[in-house]
Amino acid sequence: MRRLWITLTWLVFSILILIPLVVLTTGAFDEGGAGFVQALSRPEALHALMMTGLIVLVVTALNGIFGIMMGIYLVRGTWLSRKLRQLFNSIVDLPYAVSPVIGGLMIVLLLGPDTVIGTFFEQIGFKVVYAFPGMVIATLFVTFPLMVREVMPVLQEIGTDQEEAASTLGAYSWRTFWQVTWPSIRWAVIYGTILTVARSLGEFGAVLVVSGNIINKTQTATTLVYQDMENFNVTAANGVALVLAVFSIGLLLLMERAKKRKEVL
Amino acid sequence: MNSTLLRHKGWTWGFRTTVLLYFLILIVLPIAGVYVNSLSDGWTAFVQNIGDPIAWKAVLLTLKLALTATIINALVGTMAAWVLVRYEFPGKSLLNSIVDLPFALPTAVGGLMILVLLGPNSIVGKAAASVGLDLVFHQPAIIVAMVFVTFPFVIRAIQPLLEELDRSAEEASYTLGASRTRTFFHVILPAMVPGILSGAMLAFSRALAEFGAVVLVAGNIPGRTLTASVYIFGEVESDNEAGAAAVSILLLTLSFIILWLINLVQTRRMSR
Amino acid sequence: MHVEVRHLDKHFGQFHAVQDVSFSIAKGHLIGLLGPSGGGKTSILRMLAGLESPDSGEIIFHGKAVNHLPPQEREIGFVFQNYALFKHMTVFDNIAFGLKVKKTRKEAIRDRVSELVELTGLSGFEHRYPHQLSGGQRQRVAFARALAPEPQLLLLDEPFAAIDAKIRQELRTWLRELIERVGITSIFVTHDQDEAIEVADEIMIINGGRLEQKGTPWDIYKQPSTPFVASFIGESTIVDEIGQLKGFEQPGAADYARALIRPEYIEIGLAHEFRLLSATEKGTVKHMHFRGSQWMVEVEVGANRLITYRSLEKDTLEVGQEVHVLVHRAYLFNDQESWIAENALKADPLSVFI
Repeated sequence: MRRLWITLTWLVFSILILIPLVVLTTGAFDEGGAGFVQALSRPEALHALMMTGLIVLVVTALNGIFGIMMGIYLVRGTWLSRKLRQLFNSIVDLPYAVSPVIGGLMIVLLLGPDTVIGTFFEQIGFKVVYAFPGMVIATLFVTFPLMVREVMPVLQEIGTDQEEAASTLGAYSWRTFWQVTWPSIRWAVIYGTILTVARSLGEFGAVLVVSGNIINKTQTATTLVYQDMENFNVTAANGVALVLAVFSIGLLLLMERAKKRKEVL
Repeated sequence: MNSTLLRHKGWTWGFRTTVLLYFLILIVLPIAGVYVNSLSDGWTAFVQNIGDPIAWKAVLLTLKLALTATIINALVGTMAAWVLVRYEFPGKSLLNSIVDLPFALPTAVGGLMILVLLGPNSIVGKAAASVGLDLVFHQPAIIVAMVFVTFPFVIRAIQPLLEELDRSAEEASYTLGASRTRTFFHVILPAMVPGILSGAMLAFSRALAEFGAVVLVAGNIPGRTLTASVYIFGEVESDNEAGAAAVSILLLTLSFIILWLINLVQTRRMSR
Repeated sequence: MHVEVRHLDKHFGQFHAVQDVSFSIAKGHLIGLLGPSGGGKTSILRMLAGLESPDSGEIIFHGKAVNHLPPQEREIGFVFQNYALFKHMTVFDNIAFGLKVKKTRKEAIRDRVSELVELTGLSGFEHRYPHQLSGGQRQRVAFARALAPEPQLLLLDEPFAAIDAKIRQELRTWLRELIERVGITSIFVTHDQDEAIEVADEIMIINGGRLEQKGTPWDIYKQPSTPFVASFIGESTIVDEIGQLKGFEQPGAADYARALIRPEYIEIGLAHEFRLLSATEKGTVKHMHFRGSQWMVEVEVGANRLITYRSLEKDTLEVGQEVHVLVHRAYLFNDQESWIAENALKADPLSVFI
């Protein structure tokens, strides 16, 4: 019985994850190493990877800071009424329930060239949709809950004892935050950061809708994979996908380590 | 550091307002926007948009496929979680760490992986074709894609429950004469059910929403392999934003209800 | 059920948890397995239940070896330390579980459960879930659940460990009475000597995986057969140089003996309180601790510091006061053997004339 279950589990993991990874890798090299290099050195590939990198940077920085603050306010913000905090708390999760495509659509509906806000920005020479800002906003929307949801449980768990102890010892809020609160949420923040990076690296649906997928302008790595597939350029698609996969696996390994550290604390 | 400056009331309130505004504008405004936008032309326009057979067939198809994928995941996930917690075997830690890979991988990459694995030129694809079964660009491939992206949910929801499950409850069952099978179904499984449920619901809502992996492997034939999210994308591409918004709020409302149910299940468990 | 265990041995990896343990228990007796944590008590209990299998040795119920039997077929009831109630079942379903397994008729199940609910004082709680009960109530449910299928042997692993000290006392008495009424052979594990002494017919002292001594609480108290038992049961002070105490100048055959002296072996007081003043020696009161119903007195005699109790009815002593100390007996031991030595001067023939 036990043998059977173990074998079945191995089988499921192999079919669903391991074999596809191998196939992807061999697919990227089916025209040899040169084919792989060529797929990546196309100007559109380099541009797409750069776009992805920029989005990751901006999104992680913004959602990192605002996510931590939001998490702290939701747990400790006594200046907000309990009811309001509970309401906000349930709203934080909404992006999880929103299909990325719909997330993109929302941005288009709100800031698109046909809307009031969109026209306003267009007139002052600032293009939002089908441009970099729109892509960032779409990714911000999708990744917002990640950091908040990592920080909140840790804050709840450690309670206010230590912070209160610090304040009775004469430390003011800023000092208390850096010397008492921060050390205990540090690993949760690192974990949340990795999650945000991973998610914004891989965001596809929302970005595809908002960007218009314009080659060499608003194309990201994931939307390039999509376009390569549409053009039946399988080797090139595999090449770019492999780069993304390697990054993701690297992040996954980091996540494992961060999780272990998080558990130690 | 100038701490008097930072302790100043104006700074504090300015900071708080900024964070809350960021939150409201980024999250609340867009969601409200979709609802307002698609209902602003009145109910008739909304009903008309939903009444488009291509639209509602896409929603129904998505529900059907997502449900299938969820059931598969509930079964496979329960088994995998059990094996990963209870048994020691070579490669256990490897499997345990790659459970999360579908979360970490970009969905487009996931879709591509399934495409090359099941594609007409692959071994699996050829084998399936020889028995007259089409995988890629047909419903089976969509289900596989959905199973792939939602794979970790059930496993990760059950694992902690199984780990904290009191071994002595099982032993108590044995000393009371119950067989292994009976113990599994009457003592262990009930403890896993909350995890299976919340994991399955998360997986279902994610499968409903999935786009990246699905768009690559689905044939996108209306009524047959066109899922709701791909339909929405198509409508946006063809500048029918009203149609896209109508289907969106249908899908959104469904997801919100599921999210609410998950919260309900979890708070009930917490109160125990 | 008559239980017999022969040469039981068990390793957990490198750790020798149970070493060559043999004993037998008469039908209907209530036995306490007493010893420090990690001493192997629970392992013995789990092997009796079939939850662990011994490396070697035999477990015999009713004259039949049951080593090969799984826990399901041993006809035992097991009460776990944390009760291990089924969280998703009501009190009724928890108690009925073992009966349902046996495919008992519905009416019979209902009768048996309500009988047990009555017996354990849980009436009115049948439809509650474990998380809605107090610790003491959970313990009763665990107990009722184990008794429901009418087992031949009841095994209890630290049954009172997770309960408040106040209720614990109450539950002990209750358990003792209940087991007497049901008349079932029972073995319970505990690290609390008061609990063992109070509840058990017989105590088995387990330490380092070995059975140190088996006997009634009184026997064990009076005649500890190993230094460990002597120090584990009751209070005591260890005296390194027993030869310095009056009446014990010749500790006996073996040299280098150490002594263990219980507070109740020692009498302390003013000169007029002793009939046999010649057997006493002088000491100084070092500390007085008020212990509610009596004084605990620390007294220094020569280089040794002894502990004893003194009634509140007698004259209150003061710190620094010089008093007479009489040591009635001491439990002597060295590496090879142990024995009890009475104060030699007490047996002084002269005393007959006084």
